Amino acid sequence: MFVYADNAATTSVSKAALDAMLPYLTENYGNPSSLYAFGQKAAEALQEARETVAACINAEPREIIFTSGGSEADNQAIVSAAKLGARKGKKHLISTQFEHHAVLHTLSKLEKEGFEVTLLDPHSDGVIRVEDVEAAIRPDTALVTVMFANNEIGTVQPIAEIGALCREKGIPFHTDAVQAAGHMPIDVKAMNIDMLSMSGHKFHAPKGVGVLYARRGMVLTNIIEGGAQERGKRAGTENVAGIAAMAAALKESCEHMEENTAKIIPMRDKLFRELSKIPHSKINGSLEHHVPGTVNMCFEGIEGESLLLMLDDAGICASSGSACTSGSLDPSHVLLSIGLPHEVAHGSLRLSIGEYNTMEQIDHIIETVPKVVAYLRSMSPVWDELEKGQRPHLI
Amino acid sequence: MALYSEKVMDHFRNPRNVGQIDDADGIGEVGNAKCGDIMRMYIKVNDDQVITDIKFNTFGCGSAIATSSMATEMIKGKTIDEALTLSNKAVVEALDGLPTHKIHCSVLAEQAVRAAVKDYYDKKGIAYDPEDFKEIEEEDLPAHCGL
Repeated sequence: MFVYADNAATTSVSKAALDAMLPYLTENYGNPSSLYAFGQKAAEALQEARETVAACINAEPREIIFTSGGSEADNQAIVSAAKLGARKGKKHLISTQFEHHAVLHTLSKLEKEGFEVTLLDPHSDGVIRVEDVEAAIRPDTALVTVMFANNEIGTVQPIAEIGALCREKGIPFHTDAVQAAGHMPIDVKAMNIDMLSMSGHKFHAPKGVGVLYARRGMVLTNIIEGGAQERGKRAGTENVAGIAAMAAALKESCEHMEENTAKIIPMRDKLFRELSKIPHSKINGSLEHHVPGTVNMCFEGIEGESLLLMLDDAGICASSGSACTSGSLDPSHVLLSIGLPHEVAHGSLRLSIGEYNTMEQIDHIIETVPKVVAYLRSMSPVWDELEKGQRPHLI
Repeated sequence: MALYSEKVMDHFRNPRNVGQIDDADGIGEVGNAKCGDIMRMYIKVNDDQVITDIKFNTFGCGSAIATSSMATEMIKGKTIDEALTLSNKAVVEALDGLPTHKIHCSVLAEQAVRAAVKDYYDKKGIAYDPEDFKEIEEEDLPAHCGL
């Protein structure tokens, strides 16, 4: 059985998205910047997509900038706020330890340019506290950027509260909503969000297309210079087909959100319930504040990459925050930020499910994971020491 | 291209010589749980200094398990002196290569063998030059994660 359980990494393109994009690859391939009617058909598609995307998050169409994806949107939002702040002598940026690298690496780049960055620690439940944000705010704070939902552990942050705080203090507030868009209700007005990033391929649009929402009045700095596309804020001929697909996918996701959530939650809860029966396992992140589909757990005494390889052999696509899978020497910065010891973080597993998964697939995961964990433990010297009491159990 | 060669996947899926030896003549353990990999090797050595049996336990990624398996296969039936000439490079070659960031695993496998031999020497009271085994002790420091 093939089970795709890595929807936080990417998703399949939905039929609605594919149908929406195909005409702009074939018959309506004009350049939206062209004056003639053939090009203007493409321009109309862009405008329609802009209106659709705006409506999904309660924004105005002119506040929507199409980008190449979530990373570009994060880069532009943060650099824009930093440059704007610097002009007023404000060079302090607030974010969190467990952001996506698109945010963290942009912040470290700015740090090298003379900005000061405060990274807040999430609590052990994987949630940032608004009081911590408030305590970090200084007269020279130019930006607060806090992710909507964490990509590894799925915890949802108090975005509306942080938004209200920032609005009150007059500080621009950006949120990386890549894991939330299309999966949770977003209202940029009610939540006082000034800038927000989305990535199409996390909600069944193709890869390579995303959105930066920037509230009217936010002064943006260009990341890509060139033509006057996107009101002069993002150069480059628009990815018309991708944008049309993204709008269709987002619309579909938003219209079916309740229905999808109702389908996903029982599958997710069954995973949590059954996999928690594995001795010395731990669920990472609060279940109270959680996106519907993400399950993140640690299993003591084993390492994540070998777990993933064995699950792959059983047809299951999943991911892990072990050092070997993160491509660095340390395990996931997210798991370390919520206080997990290195040796426990190495044994993490992320399963992210969507509305296309079935209960049969969940049962296959539930049947497979305990066997694989037991097998890997049987050859693990760490597990041997834990079992013999030569090493204390940490979870 | 897949991350690992067919050989690596074969040794990962069907690791040779997994287990423990209760009355081992030498046990070597290298690596650190904080770094995400620990290898432990058990050897049985006869009077002619031939490694008659070898088993391993490994906590680590796919290549950590595969390199452990390959290393045990390469030195089983060899003399202690021959085992000490096993290089990480030879293990990598026997596995048809490893991704660059996984070479560390093969170094661990080489060191696990050396650690088991050192333990054998210690237990039997056989003299050796401590310089030859220096890097094994250093490997235990978390600062050496990934080398």
